[in-house]
Amino acid sequence: MNMMAETTLEPKQAQAMNEPVYKMIGNKVSVFYGTKQALFEVSLPVREKTVTALIGPSGCGKSTFLRSLNRMNDTIDNCRVTGQITLDGQDIYDPSIDVVELRARVGMVFQKPNPFPKSIYENVAYGPKIHGLARNKADLDQIVETSLIKAGLWNEVKDRLHEAGTGLSGGQQQRLCIARAVAVSPEVILMDEPCSALDPIATAKVEELIHELRSNFTIVIVTHSMQQAARVSQRTAMFHLGNLVEENDTDKIFTNPDESRTQDYIMGRFG
Amino acid sequence: MSDAVTLTGMPAQARRDIGIKRRYAAERRFRAYGIIAMAVGLFFLAALIFSVVSKGYTAFVQTTITLPIEFTEKDVDPDNKRGENPAVLAQGDFAKLIKQGLAKRLGFDPSDRKSAKLATAMISDSARTDLRDMLVADPSLVGKTVNVSLLAEGNIDSANKGQIDLSVPEARRKVKDKQLEWMKTLRDAGDLTKAFNTGLFTNGASSRPEAAGLGVAAMGSLFMMVTVFVLSLPIGVAASIYLEEFAPKNRLTDLIEVNINNLAAVPSIVYGLLGLSIFINFAGMPRSAALVGGLVLTLMTLPTIIIATRASLKAVPPSIRSAALGLGASKMQTIFHHVLPLAMPGILTGTIIGLAHALGETAPLLLIGMVAFVADFPATPLEPSTALPVQIYMWANEAERAFTERTSGAIIVLLTFLILMNLGAILLRRRFERRW
Ligand SMILES: Nc1ncnc2c1ncn2[C@@H]1O[C@H](COP(=O)(O)OP(=O)(O)OP(=O)(O)O)[C@@H](O)[C@H]1O
Ligand SMILES: [Mg+2]
Repeated sequence: MNMMAETTLEPKQAQAMNEPVYKMIGNKVSVFYGTKQALFEVSLPVREKTVTALIGPSGCGKSTFLRSLNRMNDTIDNCRVTGQITLDGQDIYDPSIDVVELRARVGMVFQKPNPFPKSIYENVAYGPKIHGLARNKADLDQIVETSLIKAGLWNEVKDRLHEAGTGLSGGQQQRLCIARAVAVSPEVILMDEPCSALDPIATAKVEELIHELRSNFTIVIVTHSMQQAARVSQRTAMFHLGNLVEENDTDKIFTNPDESRTQDYIMGRFG
Repeated sequence: MSDAVTLTGMPAQARRDIGIKRRYAAERRFRAYGIIAMAVGLFFLAALIFSVVSKGYTAFVQTTITLPIEFTEKDVDPDNKRGENPAVLAQGDFAKLIKQGLAKRLGFDPSDRKSAKLATAMISDSARTDLRDMLVADPSLVGKTVNVSLLAEGNIDSANKGQIDLSVPEARRKVKDKQLEWMKTLRDAGDLTKAFNTGLFTNGASSRPEAAGLGVAAMGSLFMMVTVFVLSLPIGVAASIYLEEFAPKNRLTDLIEVNINNLAAVPSIVYGLLGLSIFINFAGMPRSAALVGGLVLTLMTLPTIIIATRASLKAVPPSIRSAALGLGASKMQTIFHHVLPLAMPGILTGTIIGLAHALGETAPLLLIGMVAFVADFPATPLEPSTALPVQIYMWANEAERAFTERTSGAIIVLLTFLILMNLGAILLRRRFERRW
């Protein structure tokens, strides 16, 4: 375990000249579902304004790690998290931290598009409303518009803002969910296989979107597609059986990984 | 294709159509059973509705006899005191006015006691109070002659509706030949008519069928429904939300859950006993009061509402909760902004079905004394009243033909309310569902 922790910190030393800024840092994070341990002391830093991809075979704990970054694990009855996760140096599991505020800062996009059964407008406006981000209707309209523009959906829905969000196509729904997450101006956006329910064209759109969002947001994305990880991310973390195998620049992971398990997984030899 | 092989190694073709015919036959048989079951159900429903409606529709019309009534001063205000005290008019001899009116109309001598007795028996006793109320409301009628429509007596009403067997010898008949003759005269002159029976809806209990109505019972039922709705919906929904969303999952909540399910199956009469011992004997609330009935029915309805509400809360997709929580909504916000609106159609359906059950419930009300002869309208839920199903129960125990007809009439009224409530449930569900 210790060895692994060192491995993950290695890039930090290597790049000492050009010190990267870490937005969130997981330190020896273990997650238990009841008595079953799903994550084993994972130490993974997440760089600011960078897309970090989490890859690994099914059931290796990618979603579990992702959910612990905005404490969505709290909503699972028997789930317990140990270790430390910081956001801008502040422990997010500290009792003084309010989950509501944390989740406003660390937004989430889910695997299956899950728009509220309300209008497109209300879907996007809901977050800003509950967080009091808009002082009046005009403000709110503005937030909705910019969020939809950022999510690349504005042109497709600007004439039907008051129609049901659930009436959109799957890809549009997923971008609506991204717009909804973006609308509360989070600092980090977590995406759990956001394209797994989408066709290649919709996938391309979402990937393009992730590219653009990178300039403003820190993004952590779980994906089963090696090509997608290679296309959208700058950093990649490989998980296996609840352990972090290695984390490095995406180029390096895909061309010359340190670990043979990573190599095997990328070459499709297991998983 | 020919070399395709199944997992067991047998040639694929050989296995393919095994059982296809049997499967289709099974499906056809299943459908046939379904259709038979439906047909049997519909037949009994139709039989029920036919029997109730054919027996009961006549309850909605009532025979009235129009008589020229002269409010002679010496009968209603012999001492001429109405100037100082109009209340003396209420003590008038209205039976005499009716007798005189009948004598004038039917042309017999008022002193002929036999004819007078037969004739006055044709008019309901309640006509006297009707005349009294009329005169008290308008004292200027004294000395004038007015044509007044008076309620016919129950047996005359039945005879007019053709419900009395006239082939029976006169001595064993409630309606005598002389009366039948008079009825014919009056009918030919248009003075014996059938009119819509408003009394059925406005009158309270009465031992005379023609004057008995559902008014008090409907009022009692209304008070009870309001009580049940106001109490059981918020309590039931709040309890379900707590149990479903907030309560920790442990032995205690499991026990509570099992017990709620058990309570839903407890016979309603047990709730009546509970209400009797708690609300009446212990808390000292009045007997026969709609409020107590409402409380008992609330207890009875709560499990139904809680079960329906929990089921519809459970049915809300978890992805909606995750979406809201992931945006930073608190648990309360998630529930009240997203989960509850989606669960609303189910909750309302459950509630209205619970209310409909409560509306038709009789047994517990018998125990708390709501089976009573209540002639006066209850002004508050604390005054004695009855309920629609209890009224049906009481009328069903009466012997007169006119009560039989009213029993079915009351059943029609009750069924109409139930159908309206179910329609309401459907409409509400549609309305809420249209908001996606
Ligand atoms: N709610 C839960 N309760 C119990 N065990 C869980 C729960 N969620 C996940 N697990 C277990 O935790 C382990 C990691 O699951 P996780 O969902 O994080 O995997 P994953 O890497 O996201 O897999 P996939 O790629 O298939 O989504 C699995 O063994 C899984 O069975
Ligand atoms: Mg997953």
